[in-house]
Amino acid sequence: MFQPDLEAMPHEALQALQLARLRAQLARVYASVPLYRRKFDEAGFRPEQVETLADLANVPFTVKDDLRSAYPFGMFAAPLRDIIRVHSSSGTTGQVSVVGYTRGDIERWSDLMARTLACGGATADDVVQVSYGYGLFTGGLGVHYGSERLGAMTIPVSGGNTSRQVQILRDFGVTVLACTPSYALLLAETAVSMGVDPRSLPLRLGVFGAEPWSEAMRGQLEDALGITAIDIYGLSEVMGPGVASECVEKNGLHVFEDHFLFEILDPESMEPVPDGQQGEVVFTTLTKEGIPVIRYRTRDISRIVPGDCACGRTFRRMERVTGRTDDMLIIRGVNVYPSQIEQVLMGIAGVAPHYQVVLGKRGSMDTVEVQVEVGPDFAFDEIRELETLQRTVTGAIASALAVSVDVRLVEPRSIQRSEGKAKRVVDLRNEGV
Amino acid sequence: MVEQLSVFLANEHGRLARMCRLVGDAGLNMHALVVADTADYGVVRVICDHPHSARGVLERDGFAVSVTRVIAAEVPDRPGGLADMLELLDTGGVNVEYLYCFLKPDSSRAVDILRVEDAEKASALLSGAGVSLLHASEVYQPDAV
Repeated sequence: MFQPDLEAMPHEALQALQLARLRAQLARVYASVPLYRRKFDEAGFRPEQVETLADLANVPFTVKDDLRSAYPFGMFAAPLRDIIRVHSSSGTTGQVSVVGYTRGDIERWSDLMARTLACGGATADDVVQVSYGYGLFTGGLGVHYGSERLGAMTIPVSGGNTSRQVQILRDFGVTVLACTPSYALLLAETAVSMGVDPRSLPLRLGVFGAEPWSEAMRGQLEDALGITAIDIYGLSEVMGPGVASECVEKNGLHVFEDHFLFEILDPESMEPVPDGQQGEVVFTTLTKEGIPVIRYRTRDISRIVPGDCACGRTFRRMERVTGRTDDMLIIRGVNVYPSQIEQVLMGIAGVAPHYQVVLGKRGSMDTVEVQVEVGPDFAFDEIRELETLQRTVTGAIASALAVSVDVRLVEPRSIQRSEGKAKRVVDLRNEGV
Repeated sequence: MVEQLSVFLANEHGRLARMCRLVGDAGLNMHALVVADTADYGVVRVICDHPHSARGVLERDGFAVSVTRVIAAEVPDRPGGLADMLELLDTGGVNVEYLYCFLKPDSSRAVDILRVEDAEKASALLSGAGVSLLHASEVYQPDAV
């Protein structure tokens, strides 16, 4: 553990710390951010009414649109002269939101990312290749500062130029790789095509996040790269990577609860769900100065993993994020997460876990075409075998998702590999196709 | 038995041309090529020189290729020659998956390529009936061992 006195805190002490920090945070945003003052006033809520952590239920929510409409700096709680860094959300859907960090925020973020790396077993002896994008995206610089804080040798490669990444991986004796899981898969494939066996390298730990991925994909990455792969979680609105992380037990992500309160709520009623049940993850920052968020609705779907963890950390765990309420596709009335499709493909020999979902319309009916790559080792020759494979995939998706799709087999490596977040869904439903 | 390349191709402009160009640029001659196609994709079956080298060339360019062992039989050059051969397999209970025909290089004799469920049984039936089964070196230049 990087900070054992905090990470293994007794529950009562943690709750006392959380309550004190929550009260201070609420008072701070009420005084300094007009949007929060207006929301609190409209709801008849006063920060000083908070006497226990349960009183959080009376606090109004914050949503992505609040941050967008405050573009660029309208929700900052610190004067601009105290802000030393800004990042922004990836902006894949509409206007971006901008987040600012004070020197104190950067210090805490570095600690939390160092904790994250240590969660996977990294130490100052490691060589960390940071292949998350550097720039406005929080991934690159977030991991970078944490890796330096840990004292590891830090290689700021950023994303792209995959063959050079493989060279560095090999030549610099990299032991820890930090990137998106889909990029890790591309790196593994590229290494093999360059004649480099990733399993023979000193690489031993993968710190993967920024997009949803499945348990089956973990198995594949661990096998292809000869590593332990952990899932990390964060989002720029809350801080960036370093909000929660798996430990080597690989059974849920410890939320760094001394800095973030998290709730799992029913996305319709916004009432808490019982422990262990799925719902939307909602975060309240406890120590952020630049841009605190209060009951921020992440749209991410997860659940609490009940019980204690063998690693000794007392922070509660959230299950890996299985989807987002807004990535969720509604196909003929059925809720589908793209990650479910990936999970199905992982279980079928003969296809690669690369896929793309193309949504269209035939008349008023939604059509779903799932394009799947034939695996490089599939010994096809007869059309019949390919048709059997196609039917197997169709049947497996239909039974897992309860929705029928058209499966189209495509050539290996023909689905575009992403160097950042994989683009899994192409929606042509409103384009008259 | 001879070796045939099976190449998985998406139904896209230029894929077949690209495939043939790669094999051609590698200096490998093709003796037979048939396409089995569906609406979305096709499987191209090729008899060519040095099939394993050809496979390597294609795979490096991202094609999905497998090498399949098939029977090459010289069909008697008379009316009903192929029918006789197929009836023989039918009576013997051997199911034919697919079959195609081309001229043997440097001669006017027809060669049939057969993919069957039970190759061993089919070979025995055919050679028992006097059909001559060809070795790789009689059909194309095999890979150097």
